[in-house]
Parts: sequence; structure tokens; C-alpha cells
Amino acid sequence: MKMTKIVRTTADLFFPFCLVFGLYVVVHGHLTPGGGFQGGAVMATGTALLLVARAYDDVTGRIRKGAMKACEATGLMLFLLAGLGGLFHGRAFLGNWLAQAGGLFGNRVELGANAGDLYTGGLIPLLNFGVGIEVLGGLTVILLYMLSGIKEEKK
Amino acid sequence: MMDTFVMRHLPALLIAVPLLAAFVMPLVGGAGRVARNAWVLLGALATSAVGLALAWKVLATGTVLYVFGAAAPHVALPMDSGGIPIRIIFQVDALSALMVVIASLSSLGITIYSLAAESKQSGLETFYAMLFLLVAGVLGMVSTGDLFNFFVFLEISSLAGAALVAYRVDKGVAVEAGLKYALLSTLGALAVLTAIGILIGQYNALNLATLASRMQFTTLDKLALVLLAVPLAMKCGAVPMHFWTPDAYTTAPSSVTAFLVVSSQASLYGLFRILFTLYGPLLSWATFGWFLIVLGVLSMFVGVTMAIPQKDVKRLMAYHAVSQTGYMLLGVGVGLAVLGNADALAKYGKTAMAGGLFHIINHAMYKGLLFLTAGAVFYRAGTRNLNKLGGLGHDMPWTMVCFMIGALAIAGVPPFNGFASKLLIYESVFRFSPFLSIIAMIVSILTLASFVKVFHSMFLGPRRAEFAAVREVPAPMLAGMALLAVFVVAAGLAPQPFIDRLIQPAVEALVDRAGYVAAILGGI
Repeated sequence: MKMTKIVRTTADLFFPFCLVFGLYVVVHGHLTPGGGFQGGAVMATGTALLLVARAYDDVTGRIRKGAMKACEATGLMLFLLAGLGGLFHGRAFLGNWLAQAGGLFGNRVELGANAGDLYTGGLIPLLNFGVGIEVLGGLTVILLYMLSGIKEEKK
Repeated sequence: MMDTFVMRHLPALLIAVPLLAAFVMPLVGGAGRVARNAWVLLGALATSAVGLALAWKVLATGTVLYVFGAAAPHVALPMDSGGIPIRIIFQVDALSALMVVIASLSSLGITIYSLAAESKQSGLETFYAMLFLLVAGVLGMVSTGDLFNFFVFLEISSLAGAALVAYRVDKGVAVEAGLKYALLSTLGALAVLTAIGILIGQYNALNLATLASRMQFTTLDKLALVLLAVPLAMKCGAVPMHFWTPDAYTTAPSSVTAFLVVSSQASLYGLFRILFTLYGPLLSWATFGWFLIVLGVLSMFVGVTMAIPQKDVKRLMAYHAVSQTGYMLLGVGVGLAVLGNADALAKYGKTAMAGGLFHIINHAMYKGLLFLTAGAVFYRAGTRNLNKLGGLGHDMPWTMVCFMIGALAIAGVPPFNGFASKLLIYESVFRFSPFLSIIAMIVSILTLASFVKVFHSMFLGPRRAEFAAVREVPAPMLAGMALLAVFVVAAGLAPQPFIDRLIQPAVEALVDRAGYVAAILGGI
């Protein structure tokens, strides 16, 4: 069964927005409602949208299982290594060794009230990234497997 | 420098190392067979080394605390905590150390075994990733001092366990068993979660020690106790909630079954922890002691009587696993029943508990060994049906020796480790109630009868034409079995060092509720 051109084009148009919105939820996880898991799930929704609108083979050409599995492993590794980083800074596992650090994401943020700095979480955004990438990969793989099952039943 | 660094962070590494091994597995899986096997072996060795080092540290220096996410991992109540343990704390006392030793030894043996046993299967990187996750889940369950964290690790071990049970699809039979295991585990975990919700709603705490110190034993707490105790009793396979064990243990690959036994025992640990530490003196000792005793006697008797007529060797062993769990429940139950009576506790209560706890480690070793030998027979002969097997002793002598060691140990025949722990249980339970002790002995006799039958139908008799191609199993499988067999013989020949250094501290830790609380709250 093939969806109409309107549905397919709309899905294609929405797909990048799904990814961007999911990424937004991940990135702001330490400030706004949401976080790694929620953002990753939103990103994976984009794949679900494509899968509903297009044929399975059409989608797997663009989104590969192998790459998604690698995503999953990479996200988990990032989380674990971020946690282990604390050990090398004299803290416990998952100790916030990036607290009050500046760098890539803006100014160094002191403890207490601030004038609206974004990078206030230290280690937390990094963990959110890890979880986000992992959930994106994991959920997408699950979706791909589940939909491939449906296709076989139809034959 | 490196030593102190590692020793300082052992509890974190206990979880981080198997998780790292699991997460890298999909990436290493693409790099070829040799690289994957090397990584698996490295991960298993590192996990066991960390586990044994942690246990050694605990037994040498006392309870080890580890506060996750804190500036200083050893301070349970840092300045920014406001006098309550807000972070996740690992609290590894002597009882946890015992369980960590079990999981470390067993996981090493079964990983080496599966390197050869599973080599012909596909999807191996997922298999090993799940196996490491299962190990991490079990290690986490037995070392955490946080009730919600316990639930998380319970879920990790349940999900990884269910995936592994369903790993060999086997025309859907294994998938059904996996689904059953997953469904029951999820139901149980939901009940545990509800209980945790009840407790945090009342006491604003998730830390076990804090909860124990604040416990009021209201009606809601009694409800929470039921919601905690029943799922954990189900997960450890106690009759009448044992129905998932035969399916799951039978269809899982043998190496996984051997570790599912350890996973069940982690639930047993959880049950003991809840009863002794979380609720402690608020319970009526006699009532809950007898609760464990009745569960134990039922498990022993129903398990062994169900085992006798089985024709599938792994199903038979699965029912024996239920039966042996009964001994642990009986031993610790007798200890719990006399916990309020200092005289009886000193005379036989602690011996009974020592017997029960010693039986946990012994059972993990000999039952693991038996499942591995059953897997070895299946690996070569291709069937688990006792009526079709026979004459394998000619061509698989080492597997036969390992099976004999395991079978004699489970039947409680000296000089193997099953005898050592069962003797402790018989002697002490006899002073509590001779009747219970007699039941325990009868069950042992039935166990022996059952395993004589298995031994005869698998290994004895003339060579059979259909098994002409059968040879001894590859060296890694023998090495895995030998590792467990050596422990079975060593703990049987010289049980006293094990009891003195490993079991007795665990008994003291289980009884010492005030000590557990004080380790976190500093004697408040």
C-alpha cells in the first residue's frame, strides 16, 4: 500500500523539524521540561512518521539499522565515559566534574542565581546528550524491527 | 597510586565495567570473531576481578559505602545533603560481598563456557551484551543501598534475562518462555514499584537505611511489605510462585540458565534484606520466620517431586533448583523465627542462617555446574530427552566427571559442598523442629534418587549408534565447568575457611540491622 503524494511530501517536510525539535528538547534538558529520553523519543518519532508514510525499503535506504545501533552504543558509551570522568577529577562516579566550567557552550557559570546563562548544568547536558543519542538509536531500531514484521505478514 | 584509585572506586567500577563491556560489544562485534571473544574474555575477567577485590575489601575493612555523584564518594552525608542521604548510595556489607563473590565466580565460569558453547550461533554480540547487562543488573541488585535503585537493577536483570531466555528462538518455544518471564518479571517489578511509592510517600526517603530508621509499620507499610516480599519470592522461584522457572531455565542457553540461578538468588538476597533490614524488629519474628519456612518446605518438597518424573534433563534440573531454593529459605527462615530469642539465636539460629547462606553460594556453583554439563551434553548429542540419551560416558569422560561432582553435591553427599551446607541446616533445624529437618533429609534422598536416574540415562550403557560422532566438548567449555567444579570440591573438602571468612560475617551483617543503619546515618 502506498500513501498519496501529499502525505509523503508532508512527512518528508516534517522529518527535519522532528529532529530539530527533539534536539532542542535534549539540549535544553537541564533547563526546561524534557531531557535526553524525551528528546530522543521525539527524534525517533520522525522515523515513525517516515515509516508510516513511505514503504519500509524506501526508509531503510535513508535510515540504516547498523548506523542506529552504532548510535545506541555511542550514546551509552558517552554517558558511561562522562560518569567515569568524575573519577579522574577526584570525585565519585557521575560526580559533576564540569560544574562551574565554561567553554564550548558559553560563559563560566557561578553557583546561585544568574542572569540567564544557558550552561548551568555542568555534566548534566552531556548526560542528556548521551541518553538522547542512545534513545534515538534504540527506539529507531525497535521501530524498524516492528515495521519489518508487519510487512512480512502482509505477503 | 593506581591501586588506591581503583580500590577507592571499586563499587562504581563493579557496575561500570560490565556496562562498558556490554555497550562496546556492538562496536567490537563488527571487528571479527577473535576481537569479540577477546573483548568478552577481558570484560568477564575485569568484572570478576573488581567483584572479588571489592568483596575482599569489605571482608577486610568492613562495610564499603559509595555515594554516586558526590564530591567525596565515601561520605554518606556530605555538607550539601542536609543530613539526609539524598544521593544513590551503594552499601556493600558482608552479605552483599557474599553475593558479589557468587556472581563474580559464576559469571566468569559461564562466560568462558559460552565462548565455545555459543560459537555456532548468530547474533552473538547481542548475546554477550545482554549477558553483561544481566551480570551488571545482578551485581547492582546485591550492592545497592537504595530501594529505587534496587528496582532499576531488578528491571535490568529481568529484561536482559528475558531477552536471553528467548535468545534461541527454537520454533517459538523459547520466545514463549521469554515472554512469560518478561511478563511475570514486569508484574513483580510493578508491585515492587508500588511498594516503593508507598514508602517514599510516607517517609520521604529511598535509602534503605534511612527508611529502616524511620519505619513506623503502619497499615500502608504492611501493604508495602506484601508488595515487596511476594514478587521477590516469585523471582527467586519459591513454590507456589515457581511456575516460570521450568520454562525459563529449560529454554535458555545453558550458560544463561546457570546465571539465571544467580539472578534468582539476587532476588532472594532482596527478600532477606527487606525482611531483616528494612522492617526488622517491627515484624513478628515467628510469623515471618514461619512464612519463610513454609515457603521453603513447600519449595523443597514440590520441587523435588516435580523433578522426578521429568524427561527433559534441563527441566528436571530446573525443578531441582526450586527444591534447593527451599533449603536456603528454610535455613534463613529458622534464623528469622528465633531472631527475638537471643539464647536460641546463639545456639542454633545463626548456624541455620549460616547453612542457608552457605547453601546459596554452594547452590550457585553446583547447580551452575550441572546446567553447564547438561548444556555440554546438548551441545554434542543434540537432545535433552533422557529417554533418547545414553552411553555418553565413553566419549565425554570429563563432562561425566563434572556431572558426577555436581550431582553428588546437590544430593548432599560428602565430601562435596552441598553436604557442608546441608549438614549445617540439618543440625540446626533439628533443634528448632525435628520434623522440618527430617523433611529436608527426605528431599535430599529424593534428589539423589533423581540424579542417579539422570546419570544412568545420560552417561551409562553401551555406545549408541546415533551418538557415534559425539566427542568431548571443546576446551573453553571444560574450563568453565572446571572452574565451578573446583569450587564445589574445595568448599566441600575444607568448608571451615569459607564459613569463617565469608559466611559468618554475612550472617552477622544480616542480623545487625542497627549496624546497617549506622553505616549511613552514623548511629542516629
